[in-house]
Amino acid sequence: MARPILDIRDLSVSFATPRGSVEALRDVSLTVPQDSIVGIVGESGCGKTTLISTVLRLLAYNATVKSGEIVFEGENVLAMSDERLRDLRGRQVAMVFQDPMTALNPVLSIATQMLDIQYREPIPTTEKRRRAIDMLRRVGIPDPEHRLEGYPHHFSGGMRQRISIAMALLMNPALLIADEPTTALDVTLEAQIIRLLRDLKREFKGSILFVSHNLGLIAELCDEVVVMYAGEIVEQGSVRQLFHDARHPYTRLLLECDPARIEKASRHLPTIAGNLPDLAHLPGGCIFAPRCPRVHEPCRREAPQNYAASKGHDVRCFLVRDG
Amino acid sequence: MAATDTVTAAPRVEASASAWRRLLADPLGAFGLALVVLIVASAIFADWLAQYPPTQLDIRNKFSEPTLIHWLGTDHLGRDTFSRVVYGGRIALWVSLVAVSISLVLGLVLGMLAGYGPRWLDSFLMLVFDAVRSFPTIMFALAVVIMLGPSLETVIFIVVVTSIPVYGRIVRTLTLSMRVNEFILAERSLGAGPVRVLFHHVLPNVIGPVLILASMEIPVVITIEAGLSFLGVGVRPPTPSWGSILNDGYAFIRDTPWLVLAGGMPVIVTTLGFTFLGESLRDIFDPRLRRD
Amino acid sequence: MADAALLVAEGIRVRFRTVGFVRALIQGIRDPFIDAVLDVSFALGPGETFGLVGESGSGKTTLVRSIVGLVDLAAGVVRFDGATIVDRSDSGLRTIRRNVSMMFQDPVASLSPRKTVRALVTEPFHIHDMTDRDLDVEARQLMGMVGLPVQLLANYPHQLSGGQARRVGVARALALRPKLIIADEPTAGLDVSVQGEVLNLMNELQTDLGLSYIIVTHNLPMIRHVSDRLAIMYLGRFVEEGPTAAIFAAPRHPYTLALLGAVPQPDPDKRREEIGLIGEVPSLRNRPSGCEFHTRCLFAQERCRVEGPVLREIEPGRRVSCHFPRM
Repeated sequence: MARPILDIRDLSVSFATPRGSVEALRDVSLTVPQDSIVGIVGESGCGKTTLISTVLRLLAYNATVKSGEIVFEGENVLAMSDERLRDLRGRQVAMVFQDPMTALNPVLSIATQMLDIQYREPIPTTEKRRRAIDMLRRVGIPDPEHRLEGYPHHFSGGMRQRISIAMALLMNPALLIADEPTTALDVTLEAQIIRLLRDLKREFKGSILFVSHNLGLIAELCDEVVVMYAGEIVEQGSVRQLFHDARHPYTRLLLECDPARIEKASRHLPTIAGNLPDLAHLPGGCIFAPRCPRVHEPCRREAPQNYAASKGHDVRCFLVRDG
Repeated sequence: MAATDTVTAAPRVEASASAWRRLLADPLGAFGLALVVLIVASAIFADWLAQYPPTQLDIRNKFSEPTLIHWLGTDHLGRDTFSRVVYGGRIALWVSLVAVSISLVLGLVLGMLAGYGPRWLDSFLMLVFDAVRSFPTIMFALAVVIMLGPSLETVIFIVVVTSIPVYGRIVRTLTLSMRVNEFILAERSLGAGPVRVLFHHVLPNVIGPVLILASMEIPVVITIEAGLSFLGVGVRPPTPSWGSILNDGYAFIRDTPWLVLAGGMPVIVTTLGFTFLGESLRDIFDPRLRRD
Repeated sequence: MADAALLVAEGIRVRFRTVGFVRALIQGIRDPFIDAVLDVSFALGPGETFGLVGESGSGKTTLVRSIVGLVDLAAGVVRFDGATIVDRSDSGLRTIRRNVSMMFQDPVASLSPRKTVRALVTEPFHIHDMTDRDLDVEARQLMGMVGLPVQLLANYPHQLSGGQARRVGVARALALRPKLIIADEPTAGLDVSVQGEVLNLMNELQTDLGLSYIIVTHNLPMIRHVSDRLAIMYLGRFVEEGPTAAIFAAPRHPYTLALLGAVPQPDPDKRREEIGLIGEVPSLRNRPSGCEFHTRCLFAQERCRVEGPVLREIEPGRRVSCHFPRM
């Protein structure tokens, strides 16, 4: 198998707070293979934002990486010099954020912003312009020669998110991280952006790490899926394994809760009882045990490891180990 | 996401409880607080601290150098400078406290009205505020003194008129940004009228930053008072004031430099104290400036 | 249903000024207004849940705000249980405020940040001069109704989780025992596992108290489960209205079709049937001629460009404004 773009191994991150150490990520391992889209699903508090901040080394000052490594194309990100890191962020890893209203600088024209990010390229300005126009056309901005001179407020939300994507792809990154890129958009625009990402992925030969809480988008876009809960990866596998043969009780409950998966209209919607555990005072045993409907003898006593349900389908649950 | 949530939420819960600790942990804040306490205490206990009445003349002992009897010497009329400085502090604090409180209250009310009221009222109030601010303070002060005559009340009046726009503008901006918040809409949908919205819901949210601004305005007012008194249009002699002490000493600066120092140092110390304290408070209470 | 209706809105129109008076005069702009809501009529029965969907800018939020008098009506009448309001100064508005509560989008930001939960849930009594009752008892009772522990009464909004803050919002809405609750995106910002809790709570309260709801949302999978009737808004108008089940089973307006088709399916083997839309939502300042949807409609014909359709009943209880409704 070809070397993966991104390989995260046993990553643990904690935050120092007045209440004590908050264990935000624990033993997270995941791989983004070349030319694939990996989705991270999880509810608020699952640690997905901490995870992508760690990958880009943009953590808050009170965070500590306690163990593990993040290998990007064979190089450990956690050991990179600041200069190497800036290079990585600009050229090899690009990011698309949730809110297209704030991700662009409101006082600079699109042209200025799109030429600025090419500052490292040893090519003349006219060539940079040409690239910017070309990229805007590819993300579906009509009349890009003229629109390039516009300012962010001249564009609608959907158009702005397209511009953010164009800017992210301008350096032809090996990895694009999209953090809830459609949450702020209407459903019709969301569909357009998802289609755009899928088409662009085909053209650009890069990988996408797609973070979302929307199961529908994950199912539609991703090849591999990672389910996170309270700072741990509880299940990972191919998109079909996850959606057709979910094994972790949390994944199953999450799927059950999605109103889009409930065929028959019903006034009573399923929920997951209980609350997230306090990450400053972790309960012993399995992290999901306090809320798990199938909790049994070993769950409260010891923490489960990853057990393979089938090839490429890992589940952190004793039910899988014990068959 | 929640990892960051818990991290940012946790200190906020304890913010008020630990405000003192944070203030004392900040060296500049603790220093400012110490200076302010010192000055306020000396003003309150002026009657015990000063060995002489501040206006008691002793012509035979004029221009005395600092001695054990007269800690800061005496002036050209033989008055004890230390006593005058202590009582002058009382005047300075009194003027600034009264003036700042009045302008704070009026600035709050007018600012909230401008920010929440109809557009024409906003335009009108802003026009007035700008007109006042564009007038050079010292010219305005001199004109007022000529009309009303020099007195403590005149100084307070001048300060109030010129600093209402300072508070008014900030309160207006804060109110404007707040009126589009959902919780204001939620209150209105319950039937809350403008008075209730302003005083129950807007006021508690704007008062913090404005109070901190006020604490930083106190030294400004003290300087204005000292300045006016120095020019002889402030507090009427023989009432002691740091400005008039400076002025009295100024004429004899070559022979008795300690008189100028005695008038100038307290102004500097007070300014520094309130400014340090105000800045430290602002950093503690303004979450946007806080580093965690 | 019309005579038994709890709320009737007739010919609602809401205009916003987009250019200041002086600038309009100087630049010679004739019409400095846009119509955020145009010619909307509907009726809501007791105990009914009415869903209002549309993209951002479709006027759904403005419409419900005009009903409770948060924005002025440029035309039209709102009748509630016999009381009538035409503009904000009407005495009928007080009846509406007593009987209609609103829940706002952001669960935390819609709570006044410096007030305790107790102050927040008892505030409606203060506003309406009903302080003669025992407010402690009321506060505890409201907390019980929304399933929150009474210990939370001493908390401030930022100390609540999203789900808890949403429940406090429900408690406030319930305080005056309204007949109608208008909920603007009640599930926005909540995790899927918590959305169900809030919707189930709202459903239980409806059964127990006979409440009516108007739910404004763009969450189509959710509204399918919780609403009896549905209206789809585009550029400030209703384009389709009818029973929720019927609309989801067979959308008639091309826009409804596109909207439903855009919902992603949480199943990797079921691709959504994307009925694409052409272009973007037109500006309210330049409403298209004829049918206002024709610029984005895949099925538009010559007639659509010149003649605007009227919202007409095509089967009992089902209205569509389209010359060529889908079958």
